[in-house]
Amino acid sequence: MTDASHGPVITTGALVHESDAIRVAVNGATTSVAAGRGASVTPAPPAGPAGTGARRRLVDRRWFVIVGGAIIPVALLLTWQLVSTSGLVPVSMLPSPEMVWLAAVDLAQRGLLGLYVAISTQRVFIGFAIGAAFGLAVGALVGLSRLGDILLSPTLGAIRAVPSLAWVPLLILWFGIAEDSKIILIAIGAFFPVYTIVAAALRHVDPHLLEAGRAFGLRGFRLFTAVQLPAVVPSVISALRLALAQAWLFLVAAELIASSMGLGFLLVDSGNNGRIDRIFLAIILLAILGKLTDALVGLFERWAVRKWA
Amino acid sequence: MTAASAIARDASAAGRANAETAAKSSSTAATRTSAADAATAATGTTTAASSSAAAAPVSLRGIGRAFASQSGDRQVLRDIDLEIAAGEIVAILGPSGCGKSTLLRIAGGLDQPTQGEALIDGEAVKPFDPRSAVGFQEPRLLPWRTIADNVALGLPRSTSRAAGREQVARLLDLVGLAEFAGHRPREVSGGMAQRTSLARALARNPAVLLLDEPFGALDALTRLKMQDLLLDVHAAEPATVLLVTHDVDEALQLADRVILLGHEPETPGAVVTQTIVVPGHRPRDRGSAELAELRARLLDGLGIDRHGSARGIETTTTIPHYPY
Ligand SMILES: Nc1ncnc2c1ncn2[C@@H]1O[C@H](COP(=O)(O)OP(=O)(O)OP(=O)(O)O)[C@@H](O)[C@H]1O
Ligand SMILES: [Mg+2]
Repeated sequence: MTDASHGPVITTGALVHESDAIRVAVNGATTSVAAGRGASVTPAPPAGPAGTGARRRLVDRRWFVIVGGAIIPVALLLTWQLVSTSGLVPVSMLPSPEMVWLAAVDLAQRGLLGLYVAISTQRVFIGFAIGAAFGLAVGALVGLSRLGDILLSPTLGAIRAVPSLAWVPLLILWFGIAEDSKIILIAIGAFFPVYTIVAAALRHVDPHLLEAGRAFGLRGFRLFTAVQLPAVVPSVISALRLALAQAWLFLVAAELIASSMGLGFLLVDSGNNGRIDRIFLAIILLAILGKLTDALVGLFERWAVRKWA
Repeated sequence: MTAASAIARDASAAGRANAETAAKSSSTAATRTSAADAATAATGTTTAASSSAAAAPVSLRGIGRAFASQSGDRQVLRDIDLEIAAGEIVAILGPSGCGKSTLLRIAGGLDQPTQGEALIDGEAVKPFDPRSAVGFQEPRLLPWRTIADNVALGLPRSTSRAAGREQVARLLDLVGLAEFAGHRPREVSGGMAQRTSLARALARNPAVLLLDEPFGALDALTRLKMQDLLLDVHAAEPATVLLVTHDVDEALQLADRVILLGHEPETPGAVVTQTIVVPGHRPRDRGSAELAELRARLLDGLGIDRHGSARGIETTTTIPHYPY
């Protein structure tokens, strides 16, 4: 899965989220093409004005959203508990929730749980920040300048086509198995969705609006801040969300291969020692951390959309 | 006769209740006065901001425009010669798709002609010429900005913040959108968006004002109000105005001269088929017999049966001197 080329990986990213969480076409026609090449990003239906005055439906109520979202996880947990304690599946294949909990407590007491979570999160954040920053800059260059497009697009397209795992041996040779190689790999993972989506979105900013901006004397940087940037904000945010999912994906890839700490290491190490409870623990932690960081970007998205769109 | 009473006549002709008509016409009269006030005040601020641009003459010389298409070039405009005096209002009429917007865009430097040249004040029009302001056929408002901020986009760069805010408030008041200053474009109607777009163009206070069907999306009554508003602003701040419209009456009410674009048989590209000098001073009596004759002639030129024959009105083929 991790070695899929970057195009398909974007799809993976999209699947990581609930599809409705990724909003590309917030400005309606203005940026609906924004996803351009990341065509797998489904434009959400236009967010209707959430009934001020109109009677609020059940699905619009906050408590229902929270309760509704919790139904399946709770059901899963119950089924898991039932199946593992009833002896239907041996605990060596499916540890009970309690065993996973105890494994967590055990690791926490040794001071490893916090360390692993912290180091993995740190890698993701640093790699994501670097990759997304480069992605924004290069995406802007390619999306705004015809020359940048001509010079950079083919090369970046080719690099994007390299399966992510192909980088690993090279990165390890060049940078060793310390932090650098992992962070670079994660940055590569975060770079491409941002670059691709931002470049496409900038290229497709409504030409009518651009012309109006120019007709009223805007050019260069002023045109960028007044028209192009606000027009692509929704796309930029969905790009960041995809990039964050990618960053977690690449983190595990990096840690599976060469590391002595982190959740990916916990996975390999437990696999080698047959500690299935810890494998479960690592997977659950990855799910929770991924969801939490995504929710963070989601909050930022809500703010930005209210401000810009 | 005042415009207000002309509206009253139109309204009663449309069979409205007398009381309603009276109310409407008096409110129109009120708008007119406040519009005139505001326009005068607008002059005050703009001079203060030292961005007041005197009206400039516009020359279109042998303009032609061909668009590349799969089946070779397609000539849209051909041999358009037009001298517009400073401060003149010229209306461009013509059937849909004949190239009115294209001509306007060429005059504003938004498009380049394939033949001929466009000049403002004797100088070639530059790309996105700062001497002109455009009111587009579609409102083209920035969806993430409030109505007020969209109007502010039109302000000349040199305007100070405070003067700008005042000017925007005044313009919004003028186009009747003061209450909607804080709304987003998607929260206002099509006609309101179009008025915002007009206010944005007016905010520029340009030497040349290019308006592409600025009142197309407005209801009949608002349209009349906005026409009067445009005349008031023009009286206070005489820019050269090039106005594209589909509405023959609007052209006759507003313009010094009406240009009719159309096709000659067997040749590609639209040319000026008629130039009509509109007699009388503005504001004109919307119901005068003289205008009715011109109206019939223009409708005829547009290929619409006028149901009668117009006599005694000359069509000028040479360009007359201004003022007429
Ligand atoms: N960018 C373009 N590329 C190709 N053809 C164009 C372009 N712009 C305009 N045209 C063509 O030029 C012709 C005139 O267009 P224009 O928009 O000037 O018409 P118009 O007179 O303003 O029509 P309407 O009254 O419907 O607005 C049309 O046939 C149109 O197809
Ligand atoms: Mg047009």
